[in-house]
Amino acid sequence: MNAREEVLARLRTARDAGNPATPVVVTRDFATTGRLDPGSAAVLERLDETLTDYKATVHRVASEAEIAGAVVGVLGEARSIVVPAGLPGDWLRGYAGQVRTDGPPLAVDELDAVDAVVTGAAVAIADTGTFVLASAASDQGRRAITLVPDHHVCVIRAADVVCSVPEAIARLDPSSPLTFVSGPSATSDIELDRVEGVHGPRRLDVVLVGPG
Amino acid sequence: MTAVELGMPTVASDPHGHLRGTESFPRAAHRALADTQLRRNLGHATRTIRAKRAAVVGEVDDWEELRRAGESLKADTMARLPELLVQLEEQVTGRGGTVHWARDAEEANRIVVDLVRGTGADEVVKVKSMATQETGLNEALEAAGVAAFETDLAELIVQLSHDRPSHFLVPAIHRNRAEIREIFLREMPGVDPSLTDEPRRLAMAARAHLRRKFLTARVGISGVNFAVAETGTLSVVESEGNGRMCLTLPDTLITVMGVEKVVPTWRDLEVFLQLLPRSSTGERMNPYTSTWTGVTPGDGPQTFHLVLLDNGRSNVLASPDGRQALHCIRCSACLNVCPVYERTGGHAYGSIYPGPIGAVLSPQLTGISGPDDVNASLPYASSLCGACFDACPVRIDIPHLLVQQRAAAVAAHTRPTGQDLTMQAAAIAMTTPGRFKLAEKALGLGRVLAGRKGRITGLPWPMSGWTNARDLPAPPAETFRQWWERTHS
Repeated sequence: MNAREEVLARLRTARDAGNPATPVVVTRDFATTGRLDPGSAAVLERLDETLTDYKATVHRVASEAEIAGAVVGVLGEARSIVVPAGLPGDWLRGYAGQVRTDGPPLAVDELDAVDAVVTGAAVAIADTGTFVLASAASDQGRRAITLVPDHHVCVIRAADVVCSVPEAIARLDPSSPLTFVSGPSATSDIELDRVEGVHGPRRLDVVLVGPG
Repeated sequence: MTAVELGMPTVASDPHGHLRGTESFPRAAHRALADTQLRRNLGHATRTIRAKRAAVVGEVDDWEELRRAGESLKADTMARLPELLVQLEEQVTGRGGTVHWARDAEEANRIVVDLVRGTGADEVVKVKSMATQETGLNEALEAAGVAAFETDLAELIVQLSHDRPSHFLVPAIHRNRAEIREIFLREMPGVDPSLTDEPRRLAMAARAHLRRKFLTARVGISGVNFAVAETGTLSVVESEGNGRMCLTLPDTLITVMGVEKVVPTWRDLEVFLQLLPRSSTGERMNPYTSTWTGVTPGDGPQTFHLVLLDNGRSNVLASPDGRQALHCIRCSACLNVCPVYERTGGHAYGSIYPGPIGAVLSPQLTGISGPDDVNASLPYASSLCGACFDACPVRIDIPHLLVQQRAAAVAAHTRPTGQDLTMQAAAIAMTTPGRFKLAEKALGLGRVLAGRKGRITGLPWPMSGWTNARDLPAPPAETFRQWWERTHS
């Protein structure tokens, strides 16, 4: 018997031996909708708090037209940036540095040489201070571009902000890679205290678009 | 040539890998308890994490409902484990991945070593994984001439100091910042000699040390937190971004997972991604969680292998109650709240799975060969206070499993122990009032033994079984029966 057949045979025998007499009933009595409405001023306020708590810097703007001003402001002295192929062009209006579009894909060393990356996000979770990047979304791009540069600027629209984890999971398609990001890279490995700044981007700016 | 002459660690000779130590828990714990630095480090770290966990769990109104959901999802998974694994295999294969099956640790290591050799690479970058710690993969790779670089900060500290992990989440929890600085200064090539013990500076040193490795690595090796049968999606939950580096930049990714890590549906992550971060690092959410499904053209490794590991898990599944130990999501909350773990640390448990969950999981994974098996002592590494059950995000009834395994050990033993002889003696003494009165007279001897300090610290066998670990208070000058007789007759 090959390993596959043998492991499966063992597991079937063991499963039958140990199974309970009555079938297992899965309970989902927890909240599947959040306390705050998706896209509401209140949910944006909570997201602002939780992002800030885990050391992301949040910049609030009221409308799409103000995104560029905020993005260019946080990019500051950055001489070069990388962007996914589908990033709305007007988000960078007024940026004077070099813009490298990741299409065709840049080499890792090229990504290492840019100062920052600008992306959108698929969904954000106010309860946990998290945003999710979907590799398949053209304004978010493949995973490496938000990983290698040391500074990430992420634009989150009100319509994509939900309150709870279950609401976010329901909106996501796992068939392409996803990255859940909650604050800049951090570690709790020294005496179990959280310190920011390890291998991922050490600086994280969020431009939050919507009613404030 | 032997491995020793090459200065390499020897490969675990047990086909199960690192699930069994070399000495019993009481013996190892005795030594650990004498290490005051260790106790200070553990006390500080576990106090910190307990407070953080309590604060973020307190924020969640439906925490108990989430725990019950997690418990039932895991029970459902175990009841359908073979079918779910076949479904996972189909999905991963359908998305361009290759699935391998391993009966034990040795076979898993062999599969991974062959895959790495097939790429021609002589080094790999690794994300912290309990499964590959369990199999002793690093030693197997080294024996095959492949250098394995651990990239998680705590795992790096353990690797650089030629130490063993002592905690699921923070394998170097037994080290404080000053010790970590010493290790980096001694073992990290090219480290800045002016390095201080400020945690931020230490984290920066790790970043500088591993940066080139990440950017040039051709093979990454990871474990898994949750594998979704329905979609073939795998996930790694982490903090530092070292996981993202290993999962994204290499050409080839090899992932090793214990078969119990499968969950039925994508939706189930709505439960586990709430339970795990709050229970483990005490955060609302960990900094990074990556999910991927097979191979994605143009994004990440273009060759993906998944190794499914049994290594004793089927033994555990066969036990109707014991299989709960397979529900564990490796958050380490039970370690952090355990009064025994807090004092002895993880090394005393021998197995790489320490703490309360390790005490019920390791003996089931390896099986117990007899009363002298060191893993037979693990179910006794507990005061049965129940804190582990209260902290467990998937409600594993660890105290119940501990008692059950103790009962099984008692039922299985064949030769009388000191405890048996003592109990037989007590039964004789307590059978008639006359004998009991005689026995009471003998208590005066105990007062002599206790002396002026009022405590008995050492008795001959078989009573030494008690006094090895605890002092005995001096017997009272007068027993209740003697007092009654004196005042009422």
